[in-house]
Amino acid sequence: MIEKPVQDADSGPKISFQNVTRRFGEGEASFLALDRLNLDVGDGEFVTVVGPSGCGKSTAMNIAAGLTDVSDGRVLVDGKPVDGPGPERGVIFQQYALFPWLTVRQNVEFGLRIKRMPAAERRRIADHFISLVGLKDFADALPKTLSGGMKQRCAIARAYAVNPTILLMDEPFGALDALTRVNMQDQLLDTWNRERRTVIFITHDVDEAVYLANRVIVMAARPGRLHKIIPVNLPYPRTEEMRLSPEFAEIRNQVWHAVYHQNTRTN
Amino acid sequence: MSTLTTKDEDIAAKRLSSANLAPIALNLIAFTLAIGFWWGITAAKLVVLPGPAEVFQRAIELIASGQLPLDIASSLRRVLTGFLLGVAAAIPVGFLMGWYGPVRALIEPYIQFFRMVPPLAIIPLAIVTMGIDEAPKVFVIFLASFLSCVVATYQGVISVDRTLISAARVLGANDGVLFHRVIIPASIPFILVGVRIGLGSAWATVVAAELIAAQSGLGFRMQQAQLYYDLPTIFVSLVTIGILGLLMDRIVQATERRLTRWQERAR
Repeated sequence: MIEKPVQDADSGPKISFQNVTRRFGEGEASFLALDRLNLDVGDGEFVTVVGPSGCGKSTAMNIAAGLTDVSDGRVLVDGKPVDGPGPERGVIFQQYALFPWLTVRQNVEFGLRIKRMPAAERRRIADHFISLVGLKDFADALPKTLSGGMKQRCAIARAYAVNPTILLMDEPFGALDALTRVNMQDQLLDTWNRERRTVIFITHDVDEAVYLANRVIVMAARPGRLHKIIPVNLPYPRTEEMRLSPEFAEIRNQVWHAVYHQNTRTN
Repeated sequence: MSTLTTKDEDIAAKRLSSANLAPIALNLIAFTLAIGFWWGITAAKLVVLPGPAEVFQRAIELIASGQLPLDIASSLRRVLTGFLLGVAAAIPVGFLMGWYGPVRALIEPYIQFFRMVPPLAIIPLAIVTMGIDEAPKVFVIFLASFLSCVVATYQGVISVDRTLISAARVLGANDGVLFHRVIIPASIPFILVGVRIGLGSAWATVVAAELIAAQSGLGFRMQQAQLYYDLPTIFVSLVTIGILGLLMDRIVQATERRLTRWQERAR
């Protein structure tokens, strides 16, 4: 059998949402969480998704992760439809979701252990990513001894360790304080620059959305749907100066309006 | 300024040491007060009960005659047999109930039904159907500890954090891995609470079981002593049961602390 789609996958999008629809509940009580979402994300692209609560951004991410089924439509990864979770898609949750009984290193090794990778290799890979996120001195610490930011860095290292080509991040910095958050954004971009992956990053912070992304996807609620796509034409690496620049402010304004004045714009 | 700091440190140090010593000191004070109170009311003939000295003397006699060790051995054997069998059965059943919906639906009504029937109420039935030797006594203890422990285990499995399950799934865990590496460790704290409750139920039941039909045991000894109006022996048995229960609980507690060191505790 000749695998033709591989060639298409190289030129086509890394991940493609096609008419993705999700309805929760049945009959009268049902509601449309996501209505015909169409979105293509290119290989190595960093897109952020913002929108009011109920816009279906988490639902879209869970569908892409394979944790939620679609009611209609499909998600393609490298041209193949998503059916359940897969190692090529790493997920980072807002609540960190570290296994509290495992140390940082054991958490990072979790996915590798499942793959039955030999201990030495597992350890080498885990240590590489633990260093990458700056947790070298805490490799043997239990999660309860870590701060929120450190926990999330551990979760990022764990997701990276299984070598996914796509990272799905659901408000990963939502529980962190403003200062730690800015720090984490820089670290994430730094990690992403060194180990390029396709990233879909959900946030409710407009600033964060603009600072991180190639493109900001703005969604609307009731029913959850795509509202607007705003490109961020700022080069990487992003810097503090850029964050305070007029260009940044301009894009930030656009996104802000798209998020907070959806009705006035569309009416 | 410097004197102030030293003073503060002094106070802090004092607080620290008193915090360490306080529980033990308070335990001792409580113990002494209780003995004193007991001695006081018996010496003043306020109640017709044996005093501490009399009970202590009887304890020495019973130990010397070998009767107390024999009673302890028989009661302990029953408790341990019934309790260990109960826990050994409760853990797998609890896991099955938590993991498989149909198993839960099949078993849960029976568990809830028997939980509402006090194990002691089963004793007459057990004696009629199993005779008056060890079997009915061990059986009711088994039932008592099984019922307390099975509910805790099942609760533990169903209350495992959904995000941890999702995290394991996206890292590539199938059902087997999920069960071994996530469900079991995550439910251990619940199971151990169940084990502690089960142990309490086991002791509560053994005495009642021995009151009804036995040739030895702490409950049996009390029953005998009651016939002869031998209050000191009743007291010796009561205190012995209390001490044994306390010791076993401490062992379980120590195990619990060791196995759940990873848990975040609110002191």
